[in-house]
Amino acid sequence: MSAAAVSVSGPKDFLSEVMAGTPGDNRLNHCIQCGSCGGSCPSGAEMEHTPRRLFALIQAGQRETVLKSNAPWYCVSCYYCTVRCPQNIHITDVMYTLKAMAIRAGLYHDAAMPGFSETFVDYVEKYGRSFELGLATRFNLRHHPLSLAGMAPLGLGMLKRGRMDLTPHRIAGMAQLSAILDKAKALEGATP
Amino acid sequence: MKALFYPGCSMQKNARPYLDSLLAIRADIDLELQEIDDWNCCGATEYMSVHRVAAHSLIGRNLALAQQQASDSDVLTAGCSACYLNLAKTDAQMREDAHLNATVNEALAAGGLAYQPGSLKVRHLLDVVCHDIGYAAIKARVVKPLHGLKVAAYYGCQVARPDYDGRWDCHEHPTAMDQLLRALGAEPVEWSLKTQCCGGHMSVIGPEVAFGLIRRLIHGATQAGADLVATLCPMCQLNLDAYQVEMNKHFHSDYQMPVLYFTQLMGLAFGKNAGELGIGKEFVDAAPALAKIQAEAPKVAEAKRKRRPKPSDGLPPPRME
Repeated sequence: MSAAAVSVSGPKDFLSEVMAGTPGDNRLNHCIQCGSCGGSCPSGAEMEHTPRRLFALIQAGQRETVLKSNAPWYCVSCYYCTVRCPQNIHITDVMYTLKAMAIRAGLYHDAAMPGFSETFVDYVEKYGRSFELGLATRFNLRHHPLSLAGMAPLGLGMLKRGRMDLTPHRIAGMAQLSAILDKAKALEGATP
Repeated sequence: MKALFYPGCSMQKNARPYLDSLLAIRADIDLELQEIDDWNCCGATEYMSVHRVAAHSLIGRNLALAQQQASDSDVLTAGCSACYLNLAKTDAQMREDAHLNATVNEALAAGGLAYQPGSLKVRHLLDVVCHDIGYAAIKARVVKPLHGLKVAAYYGCQVARPDYDGRWDCHEHPTAMDQLLRALGAEPVEWSLKTQCCGGHMSVIGPEVAFGLIRRLIHGATQAGADLVATLCPMCQLNLDAYQVEMNKHFHSDYQMPVLYFTQLMGLAFGKNAGELGIGKEFVDAAPALAKIQAEAPKVAEAKRKRRPKPSDGLPPPRME
């Protein structure tokens, strides 16, 4: 699919969809294309589209190009763009929305990026806590198997210093947490 | 002072020295911590990237439990930047967005819980230590000042930004930790990278991006003449310390910049022993830097006031270039 593929939904639809998926007064429709965001971004150089370009594409209804971009996945959640934006757009929050939309639409740049988030989520939904050893091992096995040997010294160093658990910890209220998350996901599906 | 406490997953293990040092100093600064019973993971920056409403509900369970268990304090504090920001973000966005508030509360009700946004004051540990306990009270507890130790105060991203409740003096160059270090007798160095990104989760999913960011910080602290970096976040500590070793391999460099938690430095100044504070569990050994702490306060060279030349009458003589 070419980057210029015309999306089926109209420009207004996609912008509204992104805004509706982002809680709070996110002000995405107030972008003046100044570029303060991209200029402030620590990983802007690695992004296929800076936030400024991404927002212009959203305004233009280029759904597929936007959801395929690697940009949201390179966002490190540093909030520099958010505090520097002269229009007070909640840029980092918009990036979270785009990631979730890309996963739902099955459109993303590199499966390893959502793979990390999804593996993290799996452990939290199973135990109620994150589990670093499992996360690092499962993520690397699935996405970067060749790097496992290279990461071994780091993992052993963590174990030696007593900084990594060998087994996960499960919270007592796991049934309660599952009920809450299931309900939230059902409501999220129903949210416009 | 009493506060509800959300330790978060990192403090249980990879940042155990942060928790141990906090527990070691809490009596000295008269900080009583009530851990939220059966708290769950905050979701870091990952859960929100997959399910938005569920992420806020995941965090909402912690807020609801804290509200339920709160007895005589409405301050909820966390030491990890991501945990702190997630708790603060959900609280702030539930206040701002009535639809989100209703949805999260409907989800919480499925677990028999409810949360009234705004009922807790979500504060980072550094904020509580600097602004509630205060520099004077901390200085009064110092028995072994950190004289001679040059420290780069590193705040990372998510404490001073986006700062929903206006707790900090600046989003990019905050000064609270610098003042704290001065109260401990250390010398905070001037550097411009104190709130630049440590790489976050990129150290796992895109290491080359992270290595560049880690090198920039470690190089900056080295150039500023720091003996060590002080941090307030488990993720920052992990990236700057453990991944500093990986970064050196990647760039064939040989940086040796130790990274400790501000609570560990407080403990040293309060006369605790290094082991009790979890010092020695870092990848880049902090011992050589800590050996620089002098028993005596460095003598400030008496600045001889140069006598200003007496203003002569009339215009100064012309200068020939």
